[in-house]
Amino acid sequence: MKTTFEIVVVGAGPAGIAAAVTAAESGRSVGLVDDNPAPGGQIWRAGGCLPAAARNWINRLEQSLVERLQGWRVFDSPERGVLRVERNRSTFAEHAELRFEKLILATGARERLLPFPGWTLPNVMGAGGLDAMVRGGLPIEGKRVVVAGTGPLLLAVAAHLSERGARVLAICEQASHRQMVPLAAQLARQPGKLWQGVQYRWRTRRTPYRMNCRPVSAQGDEKLKSVVLEENGKQQVMECDYLACGFHLVPNTELPELLGCRLEDGFVSTNDLMQTSLQNVACAGEPTGIGGVEIALLEGRIAAMAVCGRGREAHGLIRKRRAARGFVSALSRACGLTSRMRESANDETIVCRCEDVLLGSLRERSGWRDAKLHTRCGMGPCQGRVCGGAVEYLFGWHVESVRPPLFPSFVSSLAGSAAQTNDSEHIGETV
Amino acid sequence: MPEMLLPIVLTVNGAAVRVMPGTTVAAAVLLAGSTTRNSVRGEIRGPLCGMGICFECRVTIDGVPHQRSCQVLCTPRMQVATS
Repeated sequence: MKTTFEIVVVGAGPAGIAAAVTAAESGRSVGLVDDNPAPGGQIWRAGGCLPAAARNWINRLEQSLVERLQGWRVFDSPERGVLRVERNRSTFAEHAELRFEKLILATGARERLLPFPGWTLPNVMGAGGLDAMVRGGLPIEGKRVVVAGTGPLLLAVAAHLSERGARVLAICEQASHRQMVPLAAQLARQPGKLWQGVQYRWRTRRTPYRMNCRPVSAQGDEKLKSVVLEENGKQQVMECDYLACGFHLVPNTELPELLGCRLEDGFVSTNDLMQTSLQNVACAGEPTGIGGVEIALLEGRIAAMAVCGRGREAHGLIRKRRAARGFVSALSRACGLTSRMRESANDETIVCRCEDVLLGSLRERSGWRDAKLHTRCGMGPCQGRVCGGAVEYLFGWHVESVRPPLFPSFVSSLAGSAAQTNDSEHIGETV
Repeated sequence: MPEMLLPIVLTVNGAAVRVMPGTTVAAAVLLAGSTTRNSVRGEIRGPLCGMGICFECRVTIDGVPHQRSCQVLCTPRMQVATS
């Protein structure tokens, strides 16, 4: 496997694909690292019908000279210009060091998942989580699904699941009508997005779309049986097979932070050419602001042109990006969490699922670090990726202190040796 | 997913499961009627994020523990064990 490149791109979602293809088409040697089995990221995940833009970009990627390192995850950067990566190969873990001159980070985002009684029951999943499972072969035909949370992803997920034969019983949006007004105004300025929304709603026309509606609790013995929803103060029990619950998105900034990129309000700060505070590192897509596919594609292309020394040619793209950025702030306002979801969780509700830490034990803690030291909150294998978004909402704590390994890794990878994975243990729990 | 591909047979906790190529191990575990892990307090857990972030779907695959089953595609004769 080739391990030295002029440009390494991390993440093969829309931003990463656009960046890698654009850089390769400029004649640069490009390595594209991604931890999923196939390119596309979350929004263009394989295993279902994809929009034309997705098929086009993935085709261009396949026809390009980009070296695709699919199934590899980055766990460390021991020095500038080097990333350490690993992947599982049946009974072995392979590891490698990638060397590069320029780095483009397109690490995407994850769902914000919020705790409520019963959210740890099997078959309660993230909204994108259930969608990914279905794309990964989980049969959904005839299953009763409740989609709840906040953000445009709910509608996209509901539309896809309906198409696959699911009975989507309700789409529950925690935001109020009033909160949605600025987003509607932005949509009116972007006919493409408006049209997409109209199509999603048409495909889910048999499903009620409820505003001001949140999950209160989920019930079941060994798996989900029903969910209690509260709409405008009135509660209702709804029996279902799956509860798909997502509260908008949280950017994956762990790798940018580890490298030392400056963040602003939780997002990677960049200039117009997508360069971060580090001279040889650019960033594109959701880590710079949650804006969706179109902005991610623009940013990926701009970042690649800039690192290839063609920044002057990117003026048109930069102008388009500026125009589209209005959507980012409108979206974050529309998806702003009301205080109501705090009422769903009680002292007995698990917040940290890795270590089974209850909400009640976190109330007296002063912050993230204090909570980690006293309760083990965020100390399990996910390293706070799930509960971090929850405690940020519940207590306003900022999740700090990213350190290597970014994911639990095999001892053999950490040591740089070729030990068998069966003989090694995972390391990655950090204080 | 091309239709002409033949199903794959793997085992989950010893029971044979037949899936189409491209199916993740996490989906195969649910198809087999299993869940993925027991939590620190002994709660039964299943997949949550579907994208390799949450570690709720970790299982043992061919003897290697702590594999995120949502990130691994099924292959013939794979042996999956859940806790």
